[in-house]
Amino acid sequence: MTTAVAKEQENYLNNSYGLKSWLLTRDHKRIALLYMATITLFFFIGGAFATLIRVELLTPQGDLVSSDIYNRLFTMHGIMMIFFFLIPSIPATLGNFLIPMMIGARDLAFPRINLLSWYLLVVGGLFALFAMLAGGVDTGWTFYTPYSTTYSNSWVIATALGIFVAGFSSILTGLNFIVTIHRMRAPGMTWFRMPLFVWAHYATSVIQVLGTPVIAVTIILVFCERVFHIGIFDPALGGDPVLFQHLFWFYSHPAVYIMILPAMGVISELISTFSRKAIFGYHFVAGSSMAIAVFGFLVWGHHLFVSTQSVYAGLVFSFLSYAVAIPSAIKVFNWTATLYKGSVSFETPMLYAFGFIGLFTIGGLTGLFVASLGIDVHVTDTYFVVAHFHYIMVGGAIMAFLGGLHFWWPKITGRMYPEQWARLSAVIIFVGFNFTFFPQFILGYLGMPRRYHVYPPEFQVLHVMSTLGASVLAVGYLLPMVYLAWSWKYGPLAGPNPYRATGLEWKTASPPPLHNFDRLPVVTREAYDYSTVPEEVTSVG
Amino acid sequence: MWVFLITEVMFFGGMFLAYIVYRAAYPDIFALASSSLNVYIGAANTAVLLCSSFTMVLGVRAAQLGRQKALAINIVLTLLLGFVFLGVKAFEWREKFIEHHVPGPSFHFAGVAMQGPAQLFFSLYFAMTGLHALHMVVGAGIMTWLLINSIRGKYTAEYMTPVDIGGLYWHFVDIIWIFLFPLFYLIDRHLK
Repeated sequence: MTTAVAKEQENYLNNSYGLKSWLLTRDHKRIALLYMATITLFFFIGGAFATLIRVELLTPQGDLVSSDIYNRLFTMHGIMMIFFFLIPSIPATLGNFLIPMMIGARDLAFPRINLLSWYLLVVGGLFALFAMLAGGVDTGWTFYTPYSTTYSNSWVIATALGIFVAGFSSILTGLNFIVTIHRMRAPGMTWFRMPLFVWAHYATSVIQVLGTPVIAVTIILVFCERVFHIGIFDPALGGDPVLFQHLFWFYSHPAVYIMILPAMGVISELISTFSRKAIFGYHFVAGSSMAIAVFGFLVWGHHLFVSTQSVYAGLVFSFLSYAVAIPSAIKVFNWTATLYKGSVSFETPMLYAFGFIGLFTIGGLTGLFVASLGIDVHVTDTYFVVAHFHYIMVGGAIMAFLGGLHFWWPKITGRMYPEQWARLSAVIIFVGFNFTFFPQFILGYLGMPRRYHVYPPEFQVLHVMSTLGASVLAVGYLLPMVYLAWSWKYGPLAGPNPYRATGLEWKTASPPPLHNFDRLPVVTREAYDYSTVPEEVTSVG
Repeated sequence: MWVFLITEVMFFGGMFLAYIVYRAAYPDIFALASSSLNVYIGAANTAVLLCSSFTMVLGVRAAQLGRQKALAINIVLTLLLGFVFLGVKAFEWREKFIEHHVPGPSFHFAGVAMQGPAQLFFSLYFAMTGLHALHMVVGAGIMTWLLINSIRGKYTAEYMTPVDIGGLYWHFVDIIWIFLFPLFYLIDRHLK
């Protein structure tokens, strides 16, 4: 590893300086970093709300905050985390950075639209932040009618507008990715030679493009209802509040697949690299991403099991919800099969990948519990559901995000993070996470309702355990902030391919030059071709 | 642009769903409310938009053949027809306002016991034609930009992509209106 040469090489970070070069950049790599900073901020704001929630739940009485404030806390936690952190997270940061490189392109198809997407997220986030500082929203992140349209006197419209604007960020990113993947693959990069990370993002982009407009129009209708009292969701005027639920969940269920598919793409990359083996069943994993995208649009009614929706509809949605679990299971089986007879090593990204597989499996299996009509009637609106989706979104998506962040950190920054601190953080996160959310399964099953801050004293032990776990989890999230930032300046320089992984992104320097490749690659090998072991390259032509 | 148009389909689709739900729930009131809209003006507007799509097609063809002047003239015609549509729409809305058919505190639809469903019809009418009109304004902006560029001679037979995709967008907005017109103006019209 030649340090002096790497330091002087021109790359996307040192080719221009100054605020304008960042705020007006068209470079997908810089835009990815802009997103990274933005979503980290939103993550910690959402985390602050979570902290307040967990502290309040230490005691059975409502003593830290009033019920009204508590309503605002969990609402804003959900809104921040879902719309402003999780949905952008992997696609806008890792996806933006890596997809062009992975397919051998110099940038995305529409670089300026990419920058616009970032600005839209920032503007949307500022709207939502303004609403939160002005007093917040108390409707729950699902802002069901008629409470949100008629009775709530909180900042519904400002928050909804923020989500509306951020939704366009999501749509444009999806559009960009679709066009890029269709039109800008390097010679020889056929569809079935693409890394599974790219397949996952393609499926995600399809969902973003098809689903997000529906919540956009739903927000417009809520806006009209709230401002003009037109009665579209108001029974007194002939409207139907359940119509809102259908419209809302028609987007919001596919939205959860927007949150998990990119994570699964990351895991495919990590498992393959750290088993030094091609992903078992590549075609099935690629196809399962598309299947999840399609099936994900057919199951929204499982959020309406107790909403006066007919039992017949409930049966159909329940059946389809079981069906949508199958592609996810295919992935888990294929990842496991990849490990078999692989040369497995336990670097930090792999620790996160293992954590993902375990926690996503638990989350996914409990998803089957709630997909079953009978069980769901018992556990709906309890902490069981809360635990289920946190296992997937936090235990799954966020762990995959951190794993991917660590894996590609040397590519992004040209530096390696301190391995032992990183491993320690991964373990802390895993332990903290399970202590936080496993008790919530039990709580929910025993009847603890969600969105309540006053509860019977017999639940306190489990709540205390959950809050203690959350404290540990918080430490686990703060540590990477510190050591990753430290490593950017003081970490050891990384070469182009420190993990000896396959993939076009590893064939260029770390950090990459402005236009990604000095010469565009021609692809002749399949994805994950470890038959000829990539050597650690010391310099790149 | 095709991908973007798919998102637009989903966008309008949500409102179409609301329309379907409420028309199925209140078919008679919807029919009655529909008959209060002026079908002749609506039909004329439809013809205007169809002609504007035709002139747009002529413009795209002109661009393909590298005929700059024809391109510019056709874009101007498309723009003019678009403005005619918007003007007629504004006139229609004003009529509705005078008749107290605008949802809100002064809404009153004569001839029905329950005002709610009638108000729903008009809410959907204003929301959907309003959203459509908004898209037309954006379309007018795109046409203006295309016009300026075509006068500057920027589009040749080799490079006319912006004209192509601008045309796509215009046709899409036109097609939305083709759906809106019968759904709002022609409910049970054949039974009268």
